[in-house]
This record gives sequence, structure tokens and C-alpha cells, in this order.
Amino acid sequence: MQEGRPLSPTEINRDLLRSVLDTPRWFWPTVGFLGMIVLAAAITIGVMIDRGLGITGLNRPVVWGFFITNFVFWIGISHAGVMLSAILRLSKAEWRRPATRAAEVLTIFSLLTALSMPIIHTGRPWRVLYWTFPYDFSRGIWPNIRTPLIWDPSAIFTYLTSSSLFVLIALIPDFAVMRDHTTGIANRIYTLLAMGWEGNPRQWKMQIISGVLLSALILPVFVSVHSIVSWDFGMAVAVKSWHSTIFAPYFVVGAVHSGVSAVAFVLIILRHIYGWQDYIRHEHIDALGRLLIVVATGWFYFFVMEVIFGIYGREADEIAVRSYQFFQSPMGWWTLIFISTTYFIPVSLWLMRSARRNLWIMSTACISVNIGMWLERYIIIVPGLANRSVFTFTWNSYIPSIPEAIIIGATFAFVSMLMLLFSRVFPLIPLYDIKEGEFLRTEIKIGRRVVPATFRED
Amino acid sequence: MAKRPILGIFNDANAAADAGDGLKAAGVSENDYDFLTDAPYPEGAFGEREEKHRIYLFPFIGALLGLTSGIILTSMTQVAYPLVTGGKPILSLPPMAVVSYEGTMLGAILFTVLGIIFESRLPKLKMGLYDTRITEGYIGVLVNAEETQHDQVANVLNAAGAVDVKRESSN
Repeated sequence: MQEGRPLSPTEINRDLLRSVLDTPRWFWPTVGFLGMIVLAAAITIGVMIDRGLGITGLNRPVVWGFFITNFVFWIGISHAGVMLSAILRLSKAEWRRPATRAAEVLTIFSLLTALSMPIIHTGRPWRVLYWTFPYDFSRGIWPNIRTPLIWDPSAIFTYLTSSSLFVLIALIPDFAVMRDHTTGIANRIYTLLAMGWEGNPRQWKMQIISGVLLSALILPVFVSVHSIVSWDFGMAVAVKSWHSTIFAPYFVVGAVHSGVSAVAFVLIILRHIYGWQDYIRHEHIDALGRLLIVVATGWFYFFVMEVIFGIYGREADEIAVRSYQFFQSPMGWWTLIFISTTYFIPVSLWLMRSARRNLWIMSTACISVNIGMWLERYIIIVPGLANRSVFTFTWNSYIPSIPEAIIIGATFAFVSMLMLLFSRVFPLIPLYDIKEGEFLRTEIKIGRRVVPATFRED
Repeated sequence: MAKRPILGIFNDANAAADAGDGLKAAGVSENDYDFLTDAPYPEGAFGEREEKHRIYLFPFIGALLGLTSGIILTSMTQVAYPLVTGGKPILSLPPMAVVSYEGTMLGAILFTVLGIIFESRLPKLKMGLYDTRITEGYIGVLVNAEETQHDQVANVLNAAGAVDVKRESSN
């Protein structure tokens, strides 16, 4: 039996455009509350630029702290979009339909947030322009393309542009639906955005090809982005525990782990707030849970390998970092929490079908993964720098300051606010994809069983 | 005489496909009618013409331009600021490969998107004959025919089971 009841196109329009056409009572107060948090962070950033990075906990040798941890974390979350959308589109997985757009949009907003972190971290954001772009012709100083800190912006810029265009192209048919369901100024805007879409076979053919072609093109970019983020660390010879060849795949798999967990959590929230029980069904969350078991186990393998590679050579500096990570308080406690929340707690829950179909348990497990994955980045960055090295003339540990905590906390409010605002103007579930799924939905009888029949067009 | 549109609205895919067969039998060219839907039906569901396109050329052209831009950008910035780092050559290839790779992918993706829009024949500046019921699950059969043929086309559409037939003046 297929889960969920059959839905007519009118019902699909009514349900999925509800977020666009009706504003729930909680909407603007929630956006306002999140906006206040973002405003508090903006003021804090202003103060930080005025007073300097001295108001943060950053000091030699720990010059990368909460901001860079958060940067890597949000880059990781951004990997959900392509992982789900591209891989599931290419493999023609039926259960992708309600999840793709939310995942892709989460990618864009996470990337924007991630991008803001190193810019804030520089303390002099305006200088980033000529550090990263071939600009400032008068002084003849050009970006040093030999550093991963230049590769990184080029990769993120490519990924952000590609993901935005990916979402935009897939939105065109839905713009046409909104054009047909709105009046006044909204109608004029959606008419402009729909570009005259009428839904003829040629346009649909191009839409299907674009899904497959752009997925295939964005996948290598997705792999490159987090690989290059890992090279921000891995290419640094001087910092023990960072200079590892396994970092690129380890970071990519970790990003997918945290990103897919975040998408599952976002889908549960959307199902709850917009009443999309007929669209985001238990089977979808269950499928994500099963996928996450594989991803989490892959990630755990890389984590174990990374630690074993580190300690197997028995280099004194490397052993000292590992000792700090695992056995010294409080870092050892953070490491214990990180391993438990990233792997052992969620995976033991996901192994049970009843847990995968319980939205409370799934939400808890997905939040748990992301707490763990945030800590993972912190545990990679800080101990490596905090370790006493030969040529370090000052030595300090890192204690994050309140301004850093405010800015980091506000990034979560920022992404939530942008997701809510997006859902207010565009549907977060692709209407045409759901409609296609509905008219391809049928069942066949094999012996005494009735099973779903699926059509896959090549 | 100029061709003008006429639109039949159907609430069933089989009826819309029958209308297509009827139009073909009435001598209307395949290029003169289209099926408008709110979701992608499987190719050939209405017996429509096969759409030719050159979309796969676009990413190749974009990739080539992106790669060229990447190589130019990375080599020229290194030559323009010839600071020897760690005894390595000024034109160091491994870092060039990374930025050039991103340039290649960016070019390929930008051109794919442009190609999709171009091959979809968008943007269409003036919306022709259309009905908002199409985005409610109805199927539109849009026929371009000379005005003298309009009655015959309307008869074919009605015979196939159209719930409504619209002409440009009634829009």
C-alpha cells in the first residue's frame, strides 16, 4: 500500500500555497522576534568592528575560534541541498519530491550565513574585497591564489551561484501557479517571474533536463566546496592534527551528515507549522532516517581513521593534541558529548523503525547530530591551535566571549528568519513535482500483495 | 491570412490526447498545436511532436569559457605580483587548477541555465491565449489556425470532450 491519500491538483495548490496566500497569526511575531536577535548581532558586529577583535576571546595562538567553527558548520548544513536534491533526482528516488526545495533553499541561506562568518572574523570586512578579488588596480596588489583562503571564496561563490540558479529554474513553473492565484501587485511580480511560462511539452522537457543536468553539474561543485574548506586546515603544515590527507572526504561526509539531519528537522517543522501532513509523511522522514544511518556510519569511519592516522605515527606534537582533545578537561568532555550526540545516540535511535516514524524522536536525533557536528568543528579547530608549539612566543587557551556567543546564536535566528520569509513568498514544496508524483501514482497486484507501481522516464 | 490561437480546455488526459489525434486527422500541422499542463506528463502522453533541442551544447561552451577565464585570472594575478613563496615557481599549477576548476563549473552551470531558458523559449514577453484552470489540473490544447479554420478546430476539440473552448477575442 502507498502511504498518504491521493490528492487532486486543486488540493495541492490550496495546501501548498497556504504559506504564500495566507499569513498565520504567529508568522510576523515570530519573524519579528528572530529579527530582533539578528539586529542584536548586527549591533554587536558594529561594536566589534569599532573596538576591534580584542572584545572576542581570540588571541595568539588560538586565532580561529567560534566564527570559523560556525563557518564550517553552516557550510556543512549547506551540503544538504545538493545531497538530497541532486543525488535523489539523479537516482529518481520517488520520496525526494517534498524534500528537494526546502533542502535547496536551506543550502542558499546556510551558505550566505557561512560566508558572513569569515568576513566578520577578519575584523575589517571591507578589506576582504581586495584580498579575494582581483581589485585595487592602483596598488598592483593581487590575491594570492596559492592559499586555500582564496580557493575557498571561489568555491563558495560558485556553489552559491549554482544553488541559487538551481532553485530559481525549478521555481519557474510554480511562479506560473502563483501568477494564476494572485491579484494586484503580487500578480504583477509573479507574472514577471514566471516569464510567460505556459507549461507546454517543450518547457516541461527542459525543466526535467535542467533538474538532471544541473544536479550532475552541481554535484562536483558540492564535493569541491567542503574539500576546499577542509584544505583551509589540511594545507597548513604547521598545525598538528590539521595536516591530514583524509580531511577532504571526512569533511564532505560530515557535511552531508549534518546537512541531511538539518533538512529532516526543517521538514518536520514545516509539516507542523503549515499542516503539510499529506505531503511530508512519515515515510519521507523514515527514508531520511535510513539514509542517515548510512551517512553517519560513513562519517564515523572517517572520524576513527583520522584519529588513528594521527596517533599511529607517535609524533610528540600530534599525541599532545590528541591528549588535549580526548583527556583534558573540559575539551575531553566536549569530545565525549560530540561523539555521543553525533553518532551513538542518533544512530541507535534510527535503527528502530518506530523511532524513525516518531517525529519527536527524529527531531531530537537531528538536533543532537547538529550539536555534535558543531562541537566536532570546534574540537578540530581549537586544540590544534592551542597546542604549545616550538615557535609560538605566546601561549593562550581560548575562552569565547559574549559578543561571539551573540553573533553565533543569531546565525541560527537569521537562517530561520530567511526560511520563514521565503515560505511567505514562494512555496517550499515544489507543486509540479508533487502533482507529477500524484498522477504517476498507481498500484499493482502481485499475487496477494498490492504494491506501489512507479514509472521512471529516462 | 495570419494564424490565430484557439484553446480547448480538458479535464482528462485521454480526452486531450484524442483532441490531438483529431487535429492531426483534420490536417492541422503538429507544429501548430501544443498541450499546456500544470505538471510534466510522460513524453508522448498526448501523442505530441518530439521536441528537438541543443541544450547539451550549452554546458560545454560555458565550461570552456569558464576554464579559460580561470586560467587567465590565476596566471595573470601570479605574474602581476611575482612574489616567490617557499621557493615555489611563480606560475604554480596546483593552485591554478583549483580556481580554474571552479571557473569551469561556474561557466558550465551559468550557460546551462541560460540554455534552459533559451530552449524553453522564455521569456515570453506577451502571454498568448491562456486559461488559469490549467494550473488547477486541466489540460489546455492550444491550436494556432487560420480564422477560417476556427470553427472546424472548435468542433474537433468539442468532439474530443473539451469542457470549454476559448478564442482570443473571448479572453
